[in-house]
Amino acid sequence: MYRVTSARSLAENVFETWIEAPHVSKNAEAGQFLVLRIGEDGERIPLTISGVRGDLVRVIFMAVGTTTKKLAGLKTGDTILDVVGPLGKPSETHHFGSCVLVGGGVGIACLPIIAKALKASGNTVIGIIGARNKDLLILEDEMREVCDELIVTTDDGSYGIKGFAAGPLKEICETRPPNAVWVIGPAIMMKVTSGATKPFGIKTFVSLNPIMVDGTGMCGSCRVVVNGETRFACVDGPEFDAHLVDFDLLMSRQRFYHPEEKESVEHHHHAGGCGCGGRH
Amino acid sequence: MSDRPAETRILDFSEVDSGITAEEAVAEATRCLQCKKPACSSGCPVGIDIKGFIRCIEGEDFRSAIAIIKESNMLPAICGRVCPQEVQCEGECILGVKDKPIAIGALERFLADWERENGIVVPAVAAKRSEKIAIVGSGPAGLTAAAELARNGFSVTLFEALHDAGGVLIYGIPEFRLPKEIVRSEIEEVKRLGVEIKTNHLVGRSLPVDELLSYDAIILATGAGLPAFMGISGEHQIGVYSANEFLTRVNLMHAEAFPQYDTPVKIGGNVVVIGGGNVAMDAARVARRMGAEVTLVYRRRREDMPARRIEVHHAEEEGIRFLTCTNPTKILGEGTVTGVCVVSMNMCELDDSGRPAATPIPGSERIIPADVVIEAIGQSPNPLLIQMIDGLIREKKGNLKVDESGRTTIPKIFAAGDVATGAATVILAMGAAKVAAESVTRMLSEE
Ligand SMILES: Cc1cc2nc3c(=O)[nH]c(=O)nc-3n(C[C@H](O)[C@H](O)[C@H](O)COP(=O)(O)OP(=O)(O)OC[C@H]3O[C@@H](n4cnc5c(N)ncnc54)[C@H](O)[C@@H]3O)c2cc1C
Ligand code: FES
Repeated sequence: MYRVTSARSLAENVFETWIEAPHVSKNAEAGQFLVLRIGEDGERIPLTISGVRGDLVRVIFMAVGTTTKKLAGLKTGDTILDVVGPLGKPSETHHFGSCVLVGGGVGIACLPIIAKALKASGNTVIGIIGARNKDLLILEDEMREVCDELIVTTDDGSYGIKGFAAGPLKEICETRPPNAVWVIGPAIMMKVTSGATKPFGIKTFVSLNPIMVDGTGMCGSCRVVVNGETRFACVDGPEFDAHLVDFDLLMSRQRFYHPEEKESVEHHHHAGGCGCGGRH
Repeated sequence: MSDRPAETRILDFSEVDSGITAEEAVAEATRCLQCKKPACSSGCPVGIDIKGFIRCIEGEDFRSAIAIIKESNMLPAICGRVCPQEVQCEGECILGVKDKPIAIGALERFLADWERENGIVVPAVAAKRSEKIAIVGSGPAGLTAAAELARNGFSVTLFEALHDAGGVLIYGIPEFRLPKEIVRSEIEEVKRLGVEIKTNHLVGRSLPVDELLSYDAIILATGAGLPAFMGISGEHQIGVYSANEFLTRVNLMHAEAFPQYDTPVKIGGNVVVIGGGNVAMDAARVARRMGAEVTLVYRRRREDMPARRIEVHHAEEEGIRFLTCTNPTKILGEGTVTGVCVVSMNMCELDDSGRPAATPIPGSERIIPADVVIEAIGQSPNPLLIQMIDGLIREKKGNLKVDESGRTTIPKIFAAGDVATGAATVILAMGAAKVAAESVTRMLSEE
């Protein structure tokens, strides 16, 4: 059993939860993730480790599926049945020179820990964080603290620069090309945004988030194709060279259980939360 | 042995074989010739005194009988169910020449089940020793090594990456062949010997290698969990699974009870399973129980299938369609599986392994419809931890190089089970684990 030590909402439907899991926190490095199962009947889902403090690890997630909704409902003092980690290979955070970290939506959650590691290796770090609108933007202060420079974009222009993060990224590549770039967010955002660095031949990492079960290399659910080869994201990744990833395949496999996910959410909704007694 | 009828058993996940009664056990034991030089024990990878325990059954002393088994085997309820006795103890039984061999597996299972109902006696543990031993992986090899070393007095920690201990016994072999309650009960016994089991610990990540190396001795029992894919086109589509994933979703995560359990699995009307081993049979029979029409495609002949005969027989009884001498060439669909293109195979000359080589027959391509495709074409050791430990040497197929004492190329690291042999059997894993545990005990006693 692993205790939730704090839980709060960061934006509409986006939550931050700290979990006491010393075996994970002790060895966690930037870019790694954990797999958790809330209760006996729960699913195992992967979440990026977005912060570490003593025995505690932080996860940030959007409550969209059954498990993330259940997780969002946990309060301080509640417990999670299983947490395993840290999983996956850590980010390559050696000395590059200058680095740009781009985060979209909840993907921003992955960045501060990478930024800190990059800073510790003596890199200059520019952050670009984007969201659909001002209300959905998360971790701005934290990013400002760990980056040398921070650019904010919103799709609707309600805050910062109007438009997608790819815009400022392209401009930086043109005017002061960085030595390495990270792009983390929804698959479509990673595909489009990492396209911006390709013409410049700049090393670009993306963190892939396929469906996982064990997270230890045992099932192949997480398989992705990188440079024409089948790789298991849970052990060979989650970070890969953006310019070699087959994003269309990733997006297709992410839809594997769309109908079942809907069914599950409805099942749980009617099973209690809504009070409709199964009538809707 | 009494199998439930196929028509009813495919409607649930309860055990197929309901075992034998005490009367039947005694009657069977009475048939034993009590040979002077019993061949059965030499056929047992853990060397159980089979003749001895059968004699006790004959005298209706079940308590002594199970104690004899447990001298050599801490997991009898499991072995009684999944061991390939037909090629081991029962295969050696002299009665088998003219008549049926003694049903040794059924007797072993009977005793273990009898003990579970009548109170389990935990074997004696030697005086405590100060040395600490780490065992990685909680499948049959890890559990056996842990039990042996705990009985020898060592302080043993068993690390398991998954949330439940048991390895393939929990996530791979389905409930209807090996009820999970039985696996859990035998694991409880191992714990009662003083073994500490740490689940949710992926060694190499949750426990860094330098911490692992701080133990006085280490046994790697990490299995052969890495699934192979055929490498044919279309196999990353929605609806294509490795058998490991499919079986894990059901056995470990209970996808058969979705949405009561949160983990889903796809089934659809037509399932095609590729392979001819135990894993393929299990996947096919699970899919059948979930309501699918199941076709099993195997590239050689039925007699070449590596699965246990009884499993092939059970699968067939349950209405699995066998397409032998048939090989898939691609998986069809536009993002979601719709079918499998297969080709017939010609069986002619023997290949290096002594099995007939299979070659495609030109022009025999055809399409079988499929909503789900499950590939069960083999597994190899998970390289994750092995690659992190400098100095470990791997053989061609990725298994760890060990000597006859179970020692790897690093003196205080031993290995046992599928990680050293490649995918094999429960009992071979246990046999190797006993050897490794003895070697560890000897090494630490000599120092
Ligand atoms: C579906 C299926 C059906 C089978 N049917 C039969 C049968 O009928 N009869 C038979 O005799 N054999 C059968 N087998 C084979 C048999 O199950 C295996 O040979 C046996 O389980 C091997 O035991 P093991 O202890 O070496 O490894 P496993 O049982 O594979 O256990 C290894 C364990 O190590 C864990 N692990 C791996 N890496 C790490 C790490 N770094 N840190 C922590 N933990 C780790 C894994 O999670 C796993 O739990 C079957 C196998 C399968 C898959
Ligand atoms: S999640 Fe199972 S192999 Fe990666």
